[in-house]
Amino acid sequence: MDALPDHMRPERSFQGFILALQHFWAEQGCVILQPYDMEMGAGTFHPATTLRALGPKPWNAAYVQPSRRPKDGRYGENPNRLQHYYQFQVIMKPSPPNLQELYLKSLAAIGIDSAVHDIRFVEDDWESPTLGAWGLGWECWCDGMEVSQFTYFQQVAGVECAPVAGELTYGLERLAMYVQGVDRVYDLNFNGREGAEKVTYGDVFLQAEQEYSRHNFEVADTAMLFEQFRMAEDACRKYLAAGWREGGNTKEHLMALPAYDQCIKASHVFNLLDARGVISVTERQSYIARVRELAKACGEAWIHTETGRAV
Amino acid sequence: MPDLLLELFSEEIPARMQAKAADDLRRMVTDKLVAEGLVYEGAKAFATPRRLALTVHGIPVRQPDLKTERRGPKIGAPDAAVQGFLKATGLKSLDEAKVQKDAKGDFYIALIEKPGRPAIDVIAEILPVIIRTFPWPKSMRWGARSAKSGSLTWVRPLHAITATFGLETEEPDVVKFSVDGIEAGQTTYGHRFMAPGAIPVRRFEDYEAKLKAAKVILDPQARKDIILDDAKELAFAQGLELVEDQVLLDEVSGLVEWPVVMMGSFEKEFLSIPDEVIRATIRNNQKCFVVKDPKTGKLTNKFVLTANIEAPDGGKTIVAGNERVIRPRLSDAKFFYETDLKTKLEARLPKFEQIVFHEKLGTQAERIKRIERLAAEIAPLVGADVEKTRRAARLAKADLLTEVVGEFPELQGLMGKYYALAQGEDVSVATASEEHWKPQGPTDRVPTDPVSIAVALADKLDTLAGFWAIDEKPTGSKDPYALRRAALGVIRLIIENTLRLPVLNTAKSALLGLSTKADAEAVPNDLLAFFADRLKVQLRDQGARHDLVDAVFSLGGQDDLLLVVRRVEALGKFLDSDDGKNLLAGTKRASNILAIEEKRDKRTFDGAPDAALYRLDEEKALAKAIDQVKSEASTAVAKEDFAAAMSAMAKLRPAVDAFFDKVKVNDDDPKVRENRLKLLNEIRAATRAVADFSRIEG
Repeated sequence: MDALPDHMRPERSFQGFILALQHFWAEQGCVILQPYDMEMGAGTFHPATTLRALGPKPWNAAYVQPSRRPKDGRYGENPNRLQHYYQFQVIMKPSPPNLQELYLKSLAAIGIDSAVHDIRFVEDDWESPTLGAWGLGWECWCDGMEVSQFTYFQQVAGVECAPVAGELTYGLERLAMYVQGVDRVYDLNFNGREGAEKVTYGDVFLQAEQEYSRHNFEVADTAMLFEQFRMAEDACRKYLAAGWREGGNTKEHLMALPAYDQCIKASHVFNLLDARGVISVTERQSYIARVRELAKACGEAWIHTETGRAV
Repeated sequence: MPDLLLELFSEEIPARMQAKAADDLRRMVTDKLVAEGLVYEGAKAFATPRRLALTVHGIPVRQPDLKTERRGPKIGAPDAAVQGFLKATGLKSLDEAKVQKDAKGDFYIALIEKPGRPAIDVIAEILPVIIRTFPWPKSMRWGARSAKSGSLTWVRPLHAITATFGLETEEPDVVKFSVDGIEAGQTTYGHRFMAPGAIPVRRFEDYEAKLKAAKVILDPQARKDIILDDAKELAFAQGLELVEDQVLLDEVSGLVEWPVVMMGSFEKEFLSIPDEVIRATIRNNQKCFVVKDPKTGKLTNKFVLTANIEAPDGGKTIVAGNERVIRPRLSDAKFFYETDLKTKLEARLPKFEQIVFHEKLGTQAERIKRIERLAAEIAPLVGADVEKTRRAARLAKADLLTEVVGEFPELQGLMGKYYALAQGEDVSVATASEEHWKPQGPTDRVPTDPVSIAVALADKLDTLAGFWAIDEKPTGSKDPYALRRAALGVIRLIIENTLRLPVLNTAKSALLGLSTKADAEAVPNDLLAFFADRLKVQLRDQGARHDLVDAVFSLGGQDDLLLVVRRVEALGKFLDSDDGKNLLAGTKRASNILAIEEKRDKRTFDGAPDAALYRLDEEKALAKAIDQVKSEASTAVAKEDFAAAMSAMAKLRPAVDAFFDKVKVNDDDPKVRENRLKLLNEIRAATRAVADFSRIEG
């Protein structure tokens, strides 16, 4: 770390912070992926987590994933709420026995020394009704602030995890704010430079937050979105149906990934509709159930693919 | 005798599960030891975030030997039977068996001596079973082994097991067993950050001491004491006072192995938020205590946090970090509170039209309208101003739609009061927002302001009538809508405020407001029976006799709960006196005789006795006494003076005693007999002025 130029140090720049995490997890043998090219509410939706968590084959990966939470838009006026923010996601299958120690070391790598900071593992049972998934683990606290989620997946897309994968999710902006000592997300130093060269998080994202808040709450075309939801749902089912191959004792699926893309799509469209306030309380449950059914069908398909199935 | 030390070392156990888990571990291990004939002297269990530990001392070295006899075949039985017997008992030949005679002949008997096994072997069998079947509320699988079915589950990954057994004076033995690849040994680990190294342990005493040296306080109570004492002292040193909070203390002590208590502060401007909101914010989100000024009783801008480490900078970074987290939280709370204040409570009401209370009982808006109507009806009966009551009922639930209550549901009602006062509502109207939820249980405070009482009664009676109408009554342990609590609330509101409220009529009125049509007679009566049941439970909990409640309710038409209680009280006192006991005995005797004769003659003996048929003075005296007592008792009852009614009853006793002494009921002259039975019936009838004596036990 001493070799790093100042502007790349995790406590100086947001990008340095991300690179430090990537570097750390690469050293642990993780595949460092790039963000998935679709809008999604959380890094867990990335097929590298949702689908790869299933099946017996080992899988270690880490990646940044932009998370879209249309309802959390605040027109750029709230110091720490965003409709678009970054999660850093680590998945290790099977969960290694020293995953907690690895996590603590990763904190050290981004400048959080557990001798000086009060790190705590506080009970948090994780459940995603849209993904048909649950697991047990903790919220990880640093000096009273939740900085990560730590989950041992027990079930994903309706399928039992065997073996269990460990999942870590870091809220990057929040952690970086803490490490940089700023109280407003837009004040984060993005590139670690000073003076005229300095680029802040606000320089990069403030306008986007304002524009998307308008879009999410006021303008997003609900008729189109309802139609898109329906189309994504239909397409998902169509691709799933087209992907099955059965012969003799074998049953395999050849198109789980494209089908799952449509599930991700449906989920995000639902979140937009929800932000627009056009889904009533009772309808809400049924939309969530519809996405969950897609996710489960995709999970079932995945465990019959080359990568997802038992050897 | 030897001691057992057991430690199950894992990743962080949820705080709320630790106490029960320690208790379960102690119970399961000691129960099993006793079942195996290993009677121990004492046991104690402990929990920290990362370990469950158990010490059992005074366990015998071996199980006692067991001698059993097993009966075999008859002498001369077929060889197959003999071979089977030898195989089952482990005897080498019949020479080793005894022969015993009984009525059917001579039998072989095998004497089987089962020598007790070493306790350590028995324990090595017990522990893996307990670990595999441990009753965690939720448990999980982890790691490579979770690929196979039947892998170990635990609350969070289990890393190490320490199990030693031995005498104080000797090096103990490791209890040899393994569970899903984890071998029991004698190595534990210290504090996660301050002393993470391996620690060899021998027995409980050095285990506890070594852990303490490695910055782990094993005993949860000791951690609580440290946190509470240090927190109080920190506050005291600044002339302040800790707001104690047992539930929070329990939780915080389950989040740390080495509690380090420190004080932080926040900006004074946040003190404009109500104290309860500040406390809920800091407590729920940050698990910190708040601090008040003992002179004013108001919160100050300090909070007390409990860290898990002693940091080299004296905790400065930790305190600063916590302050940085609490600031935006309070900022959010302040924003919520100030946003809430911008909307009048009544302006929130239309939203209730979208919120379903129960699919068969309509929306919240409909429910609020029903409560308003019923509360206005109850108001004059409890001395409340009708218009204020209406307004209070209309606004009482409005705070459910505020931001602060959305964030902190436990502040419902209280926030309504703040917002009502802020918009200039009458104090009684505002207070009802908070108080109409009360009492929440047998120990909760009962409201005393008439407006609050009227709304509280209307709220609860609407709930009860509604769920009764759709037949969603509590059954057994199932009471999802807390209807027992609602009924007890009604009872306490009435009794403790000495209210006169005809429950039956009020329930009928509540039913009329529902869109669901229910049987207007059967449902209220069934509901009244439910009140009688709850009242019985309530009185029994207070040490009163529940049979007296039955005796009063079985008079029928008793829907004035206050009078029921007064009757029960007067009856209880009366039955404690000699007069009462004897009159009860006399009345029971009369009832028994009547029951027998009614059965024999297949008729009742109602109707006035004929004075002309009295033969003996005792009959006349009893008839006279009954007339007198009846009129006195009913006058007293009409005046609701139950003590006087009981005193009147007492006058019946000598006449009843004398009657049974001198008069033979079953006279040979059937007319005289019938007349005497009618007189007995009159005794029963007279006592019914106060209670149905036949329902009284004893």
